[in-house]
Amino acid sequence: MKLSPFLLKNFKFTLLLLAGLILGLGLTSCEKKKGASSNEANTPASEPIIIGVAGAHSGDLAPYGLPPKHTVAIAAAELNKAGGVLGRQIKIIAQDDVCKPGIATDVASKLISQGVIAVIGHICSGATNAALSVYRGAKIPVISPSATSPELTLEGQNPYFFRTIPHDAAQAIVQADFIVKHLKAKRVVVVHDKGDYGKGLATLVKKELESKGVEILLFEGVTPGAVDYSALIRKIAQANPDVVAFGGYHPEGSKIVTQARKRDIKAAFISGDGLKDPSFIKIGGKFVEGYYVTSPADISTLAMTIKVNEQLKAKGQEAGNFGLQAHAAFTALIKAIETSKSTKPEDIKTALMQNKVATTLGEISFDKNGDVVGSGFSVYQVEDSKFKQLAW
Amino acid sequence: MSTDGFQYFLELFFSGLTRGSIYALIALGYTMVYGIIGLINFAHGEVYMIAAFVGLTAAGACSIMGLGTISILIIALMAAMIWAAAYGYTIEKVAYSPLRGSSRLAPLISAIGMSIFLREYVILVQTADFVSFPSLIFEIADFKFLGGYIQPTEMLITLVSVVVMVTLFLFMGYSKSGKAMRAIEQDQEMARLLGVNVDKVISLTFMTGSALAAVGAILISSHIGQINYNIGFIVGIKAFTAAVLGGIGSIPGAALGGLILGLTESFATGYVSSDYEDVFAFSLLVLILILRPAGLLGTSTQEKV
Repeated sequence: MKLSPFLLKNFKFTLLLLAGLILGLGLTSCEKKKGASSNEANTPASEPIIIGVAGAHSGDLAPYGLPPKHTVAIAAAELNKAGGVLGRQIKIIAQDDVCKPGIATDVASKLISQGVIAVIGHICSGATNAALSVYRGAKIPVISPSATSPELTLEGQNPYFFRTIPHDAAQAIVQADFIVKHLKAKRVVVVHDKGDYGKGLATLVKKELESKGVEILLFEGVTPGAVDYSALIRKIAQANPDVVAFGGYHPEGSKIVTQARKRDIKAAFISGDGLKDPSFIKIGGKFVEGYYVTSPADISTLAMTIKVNEQLKAKGQEAGNFGLQAHAAFTALIKAIETSKSTKPEDIKTALMQNKVATTLGEISFDKNGDVVGSGFSVYQVEDSKFKQLAW
Repeated sequence: MSTDGFQYFLELFFSGLTRGSIYALIALGYTMVYGIIGLINFAHGEVYMIAAFVGLTAAGACSIMGLGTISILIIALMAAMIWAAAYGYTIEKVAYSPLRGSSRLAPLISAIGMSIFLREYVILVQTADFVSFPSLIFEIADFKFLGGYIQPTEMLITLVSVVVMVTLFLFMGYSKSGKAMRAIEQDQEMARLLGVNVDKVISLTFMTGSALAAVGAILISSHIGQINYNIGFIVGIKAFTAAVLGGIGSIPGAALGGLILGLTESFATGYVSSDYEDVFAFSLLVLILILRPAGLLGTSTQEKV
């Protein structure tokens, strides 16, 4: 761009002109602000509502932290376009905690000093736990899309903490509930494959069942890949349970149920998401018909989820493991602000617990501990060689 | 209650017998090869696994042709035995024969190499997933036998194993090739001087052992209903344990070792916990080796210098 010769020759004049323009801009914006603050008296503040997004946005665990940041940004932009909430715009401040507890506390202090009214995050359980000690003091509502450690909500020491992801013991609780309420079982055999996942889940299921007064007849581990399990099958037949709960993966699961059905054991079988694999049905054939499996609910067909996925795709981003949970957290938070007509922590907290919100995870709410209700694990049953989601 | 207890005992006994028969069939392959050339054939478990895949293919082809259950079983069994024998022959020629007369460690390493090679080969040409294996044995309900329920497949596995083992004993005792095998076992040089074709007999030993493993593979795969590339690993280790338990090199020892191992595992599961199945099995192994270092029926030979 060429400046006109006149302006170049009269350098002083140009400077003056520029100064005048800048001053003028400042004046107009001042004027705008004045108008806005005068508005404040009638309706709630029209300054933006600030919401923090904290998590690992760099480093090894960034793949967990970035999708939540992206989905919240998309949701906020959409909301702002539609006029915001309570007539105010939303401003998102993202902070990176690299999933380190030490940094997470600094991030929390920083967000509080920047005036956030709520935080979506943090991502890792350890970092979340550390940051909560800071938020607790300032009474900032925190909704994590991904921290699954059961302690965060179970101890009740974090009244302003919520999460849109079920905690680690949730699957075991769903299984135990289903066994007791739906299958009405009194006598249960628990079998596992001695592995971290299988034994861990089986132990939790056993604990839950015992607390509900169910009799555990056997608690046994099998060696994956062993020649056959007929001795164990006979032991199960001898114990004559109502239900067999197996913790492990599909190869052992199909082997055990096949041998059990051949031995004419009529007990219902139930397992975790380790069995929800097409090859389980392919290999087990008719012997796995009627098998119950708990697994995360299928949300890929929800209209809202499809829309968010498309919005992400248009930007070359993905929902990752926790993106949809973060989107749901944002939706629930906005709804809470809207219904309580307030940005005060107590009001938001109460509204979060009362509301039922349609989100990318389906219709969710929160229980008194802050754990999500309505999202998480569903029970499926093998029917006509397909996993069919049960409503119970 | 006491009749109940007896029935439970009997059923565990049947489980142990079934498992033990399979261990015995495979242990025979280890012990025959060890007896004749003093080598642990670590690729034996893989021959078992490949035989299961051959049986699956043959059974699939037969059922497309619309044959009956019994003919499918026999054809699958024959195909697997012949194929496994061919693998046994080839493995010996490729991995062990060129190393005969070298240090004892060299064939051991090539055996491990062969085992890894075969497993990877099956992953590449077949699949790394589990595949379902059809039930080749006619399905009828469990029936009561001596007061305990037994599955027909279990009974068949035990019966076939007994028949195969008796045939093997007769073969070793009375046939010309069997006598040649025993002669080589005693003194390879002397047998050679007396006109025994040592290379041929060693090949025959590998082929016989592999065919026995194939019988075990078809029976148990049909019983369990699924196979993958890794099924030979644990079975191989257990069968090797059985061979050592019975006295490696001794054919009746392998049969006995297999049965004892199978029964121990079954009773450990039934009366204690399946968590401790392997603990009991291997404790027994240690105990027997302390009391009889050469195994139950093994004879300790002194190395001649």
